[in-house]
Amino acid sequence: MTDVLKIENLHVAVEGKPILKGVNLTIKRGEIHALMGPNGSGKSTLGFAIMGHPNYEITAGSIHLNDQDVLEMAVDERARAGLFLALQRPVSIPGVRLADFLRHATTNVRNPDRKEGEELIPMREFRKEIKDKMNHLSMDMEFARRYVNDGFSGGEMKRAEILQLAMLQPKFAILDETDSGLDADAVRLASQSIADIGGENMGLLIITHHDKLLEHNPPQFAHVMLGGKIVETGTVKLAQELHTDGYDRIRKAYPEAAAAELEMNEEEVSPAV
Amino acid sequence: MATDITSESIESPLGEINKYDFRTETKAVFKARKGVDKEIVNQISDIKDEPDWMRKFRLDALEVFESKPTPTWGGDIALDFQDIFYYLKPTEEQGKTWDDVPKEIKDTFEKLGIPEAERKYLSGVKAQFESEVVYGSLEEDLAKKGVIFTDTDTAVREHPELLREYFGKIIPPDDNKFAALNSAVWSGGSFIYVPKGVHIEFPLQAYFRINAESMGQFERTLIICDEGSQIHYVEGCTAPMYTTESLHSAVVEVICKKGSRCRYSTIQNWANNIYNLVTKRAMAYQDATMEWVDGNLGSHLTMKYPAVYLMEPGARGEILSIAFSSKGQHQDTGAKLVHCAPNTSGQIISKSISKGGGRSSYRGLVKVDAGAKNTRCNVVCDALILDPESRSDTYPYIEIAEPDVSIGHEASVSRIGEEQMFYLMSRGLSETEASTMIVNGFIEPLVKELPMEYAVELNRLIQLQMEGSVG
Repeated sequence: MTDVLKIENLHVAVEGKPILKGVNLTIKRGEIHALMGPNGSGKSTLGFAIMGHPNYEITAGSIHLNDQDVLEMAVDERARAGLFLALQRPVSIPGVRLADFLRHATTNVRNPDRKEGEELIPMREFRKEIKDKMNHLSMDMEFARRYVNDGFSGGEMKRAEILQLAMLQPKFAILDETDSGLDADAVRLASQSIADIGGENMGLLIITHHDKLLEHNPPQFAHVMLGGKIVETGTVKLAQELHTDGYDRIRKAYPEAAAAELEMNEEEVSPAV
Repeated sequence: MATDITSESIESPLGEINKYDFRTETKAVFKARKGVDKEIVNQISDIKDEPDWMRKFRLDALEVFESKPTPTWGGDIALDFQDIFYYLKPTEEQGKTWDDVPKEIKDTFEKLGIPEAERKYLSGVKAQFESEVVYGSLEEDLAKKGVIFTDTDTAVREHPELLREYFGKIIPPDDNKFAALNSAVWSGGSFIYVPKGVHIEFPLQAYFRINAESMGQFERTLIICDEGSQIHYVEGCTAPMYTTESLHSAVVEVICKKGSRCRYSTIQNWANNIYNLVTKRAMAYQDATMEWVDGNLGSHLTMKYPAVYLMEPGARGEILSIAFSSKGQHQDTGAKLVHCAPNTSGQIISKSISKGGGRSSYRGLVKVDAGAKNTRCNVVCDALILDPESRSDTYPYIEIAEPDVSIGHEASVSRIGEEQMFYLMSRGLSETEASTMIVNGFIEPLVKELPMEYAVELNRLIQLQMEGSVG
């Protein structure tokens, strides 16, 4: 049976302020979905809510991975169940080597019942695997010795996220602007890498403003988010249209959502979380 | 290790019980009654059959101890000095092989991994149990080169001239109340002399074990590095947990002569009922380097500020301090650098972690005497606080009487970020694994300065502290 990630009527608030106002989305493993929409429409919020960030309060609705209630799961349990969120701005962890971190993460995701202190993947095996993956991503081995995201350039951070995606092999991955901060060549490489890693084994939700990342990952579904709701779903053509023409047509077609967007952005003093 | 891309150091199991918290049933050869006074001090001196000068040194120090008030700064010292045993002789003789050591005491050190470490990577060992050193060894070729590594009591008998030249000179009994107490009742500790030009490749290690309840341990260590010599000395300290207080109050004096280099590393993991009030000071002469690496875990209260006096041009002092305070613990630790001569340099790096209501305080002094021109000194203090109940304070003191100096001071306090925890957990790490990883990362710049074996030990101790108590 194909794995299914099902989001129904999801309402999410941050610091008491409603951001998502009833999102419905079903992703099957092997499908590619593009999620587009203007800044502040709630795209990243959806990613954080699926992964369980403590600042994102679910006020209504549900998320299921097959018959498992995702909202009942702790953040690490969601990862072990096969969910992955590539962050737009990954956090640095000074003093922790990327390889050490990934060896723990990979072990836990592959042995979801592993208790703290139990054996990690044997060093030799892990080293061989990460070497292969890094070669494939044209990454230097020295990279794995560096501290997680510490002093990384924007491009290095995104590549580190893709390496983690490759190692952890989740069932479903949400890629939150994995193309931002990359030059054209780097986006092409990222796009190709994601296609290689994902394929039929992964359900992908790609949050992006551009169409480049979709080049090697043509979405079967493109969704537009506005004012905390998915207002329109189409094919890859919709993604191309939005990339070329922007969101004016969408705003006109969905005046209620556009009004909600305006209201949300007026209240917003700090940048989008 | 060039092909290694992950360090093995975080591999050790998280789940095991605290291997340090066990009691050994022993029969003491002699145990003085509780309390400290002239009678007790005389008794200690009698048992050790000491020369008159040492007896006088002790009795004078006792007067100083009695005349000085208990410090009111630092931590809260709620100790009844008369409710502690000041001297306990565990064995008749010091063993030259582990088989000479009574079985239960030998087993104690086996459990602590000392004989194994000795076989693998040490040049010599001293193991102190309560008040006396019960086992000692030194590699033969080092002894042939003239290296002396003995307990301090033996040194009083066998190397009286060398010892007397420095004993109590770096830290005189009237330096502070606890230096005075140690001077009055001291017993055991290491005496080391490294001859001119001798480099000791592998560390010498001393291990201090308190076993009895309400015990006081007062070892006294003196290290003399002659010109151009090099040594790395390591000490470890543990004790089992009791409900009553115990006291550990050591004095450590180090002399680094011209061009010599001494690194003194401490990894202590005291039980939560120990008051750990220690005075450590080194004097570094021309072009000599003194390094203190001070890892403080456990204890109820630790007050310790390893010092380097930079006595002549070219001298350098480095102090790396790690403190980890958990529930019911206060680490009041730091460093002192005193620049007494021109062209001297120093560095203090302090990293503290507070968790579960623990309190870590950095207390440090940088002093530059008039005329100590072209002095350079840098101080970095970073504190990591794991939860809202815990506390961190910084007390930096800077006294500069010379304009031609360069002194830097940086301090940071951070809390384990929600974003860091979310990031690590979103990749499958449990809450404890994630916070342990962040803490290990925080102290990594210091841990990587330690030899592999000690780095592993320190990481393991931190994992024990982190276990199951986050959130």
